[in-house]
Amino acid sequence: MRLLLIEDDREAAAYLVKAFRESGHLIDHAADGVSGYDLAHEGDYDVMVVDRMLPKMDGLSLIASLRAQENATPALILSALGQVDDRVKGLRAGGDDYLSKPYAFSELLARVEALGRRRPKGAPEETVIRVGDLTLDRLSHKVSRAGEEITLQPREYRLLEYLMQNAGKVVTRTMLLEHVWDYHFDPQTNVIDVHVSRLRAKIDRDFDAALIHTVRGAGYMIRDGAR
Amino acid sequence: MTALGKTLRSTAFRLTFAIFGFGAIGAAVVLGLVAVQVIKLVDEETRAAIASEAELLLEQYDSGGLRRLGLVLAARSRAPGGSLYLLTDAIGEPLVGNVSQLPPSLTLASGFGETRYQGVAGAKMGRALARVYALPNGFRLLVGHDLGDRGRIGAVMVRTLSFSLVLFAGLAALGALFVARRVLRRIDAMNVSAKALMAGDMTERLPVSGSGDELDRLAVGLNQMLARIGELMSGLREVSDNIAHDLRTPLTRLRNHAEEALRVDGDKDAYRTALLRTIEESDGLIRVFDALLMIARAEAGADRSGLARLDLGEVVAGVAELYEPLAEERGFALTVDCEPGLALEGRRELIGQALANLIDNALKYGAGAMDRNEIAVAARREGGDVVIEVADRGPGVAAQDRERVFDRFVRLESARSRPGSGLGLSLAAAVARLHGGAVRLEDNAPGLKVRLTLPAAPP
Repeated sequence: MRLLLIEDDREAAAYLVKAFRESGHLIDHAADGVSGYDLAHEGDYDVMVVDRMLPKMDGLSLIASLRAQENATPALILSALGQVDDRVKGLRAGGDDYLSKPYAFSELLARVEALGRRRPKGAPEETVIRVGDLTLDRLSHKVSRAGEEITLQPREYRLLEYLMQNAGKVVTRTMLLEHVWDYHFDPQTNVIDVHVSRLRAKIDRDFDAALIHTVRGAGYMIRDGAR
Repeated sequence: MTALGKTLRSTAFRLTFAIFGFGAIGAAVVLGLVAVQVIKLVDEETRAAIASEAELLLEQYDSGGLRRLGLVLAARSRAPGGSLYLLTDAIGEPLVGNVSQLPPSLTLASGFGETRYQGVAGAKMGRALARVYALPNGFRLLVGHDLGDRGRIGAVMVRTLSFSLVLFAGLAALGALFVARRVLRRIDAMNVSAKALMAGDMTERLPVSGSGDELDRLAVGLNQMLARIGELMSGLREVSDNIAHDLRTPLTRLRNHAEEALRVDGDKDAYRTALLRTIEESDGLIRVFDALLMIARAEAGADRSGLARLDLGEVVAGVAELYEPLAEERGFALTVDCEPGLALEGRRELIGQALANLIDNALKYGAGAMDRNEIAVAARREGGDVVIEVADRGPGVAAQDRERVFDRFVRLESARSRPGSGLGLSLAAAVARLHGGAVRLEDNAPGLKVRLTLPAAPP
């Protein structure tokens, strides 16, 4: 993916540029709001990562200005402000995701990749998602593997749906908590793991090839193991 | 600024002086009215006197003719006093009297009138109130009175007025100085207190005289505000003290891990392990830090904005559902009993987190005897409140510890060995306070029942 990083902290920016390149992405960097805006305005990026507090033009104004120019490049806001209000403000300004500092790079990477895979505007939503021999029908809410129907609880269904929408990519525990339960707090004990292992029991237990994989230190990923 | 200058510039002085000024104007108006009335009265009396004198003189004419009238007039004209007389013939030639000639403005038709007159032989001149009466054969008789008395009365009035104005001005200045000094002294005392406060002595309070006047009420109001600010400040200081104190431990651990890794000449795996532990420790630190910040914010009341109407049932069901698999894995039976249609004004995220903390605590510390691993989550309306209960069948919390556990970082002996920051209940309590509610611990006989009370939304 082509990424744009707008971050004024040199050290953090250098680290992120290096880490994103190592993960196989192309990345441009701007150190202030105005040059960031110019780059975002001219360049064709898949995702931009915007620090909230920037010299010359703050991150939220930058995103709001781009949105006013009908630039819909998905934006992830990085911020030292982590309260619920700050998050809401960020998303209201046109941000697509919000991550408070300090963060784990694996979390940032997973979120950026998830944003980049969003289907283009106006494209029809897939009604049937397939991963290997696993099929999820979003109209009938039916899930089957190798032709065998699997009965899921509503929350398990949403969990699987989110994993399958991001098939082949890492999904972190906080992303799951945010998208499946709509909470952003820290659940202290790792409750998400238990939900995933329950889902795994239904999806993978009776089959030879596991589809749901644990990515150490990051989260989970669903992918066709045969490939 | 000199003391006098300050006094003269003070609001109290100006106000007092203005009040005296209005008083002086009032006095002048009253005196003026009195003068007008007195002059009117004097005028009326003069007219009456002229009329009766004229009547008397005409009687003399009737009884003794022109000659007798002339004698009477001649006698009277010489008498001292302000009376004026003049008898003229038909063409206006003066015959007898103490006025040199008939004033042209006075005619038979004009009745009483004010006029200037000239006494005989330049004796005196002045203003007079007079009337001309007709005698047979065209003779005319002027009877009048000098108006000098009226002028004297006016002069007395003006003197009185000037004197009272001077007196008023003097009193005004004295009174204003007195009031201003008094008020200024108190305001200066307040200023001294304010400066002490600004210099950092937060225990200083504005002086209250005890008279209960508006300055006192202002001082009392400001003192209450200072007390509240003091509370908030000490709260913040407590938070920062706690942060400083309790972040030291994990920070030291963090440092130790790094040092250990450097000191021992380990292989790649050892470094990796040390780094992983460092990241783990710093994540824990961030978590504690976030929780502390949130508690502090909630306690400062800074986050009261942004409350939205929400369905408590959705929150309770959602959080319970989040924890249900974990509860099952740990051998707990988690039951939810939620009254439908519970609405409140709040923040879903915070209430969700508070409830999550309570359930998490129950899972950590609420294990009872083997067959009694139960966690019962209930929500219902009680009067004007909604109550969320999380009850377990564990060892409970001793009555004397039930207040203490809400303090930040407090972990009971029995809990020390297990993971946790000691912030869960503090956070739940802060969330409750932010919403205007409270958290209370009760005996579940056996076990612990945590009651989170929040004000219900108006229907």
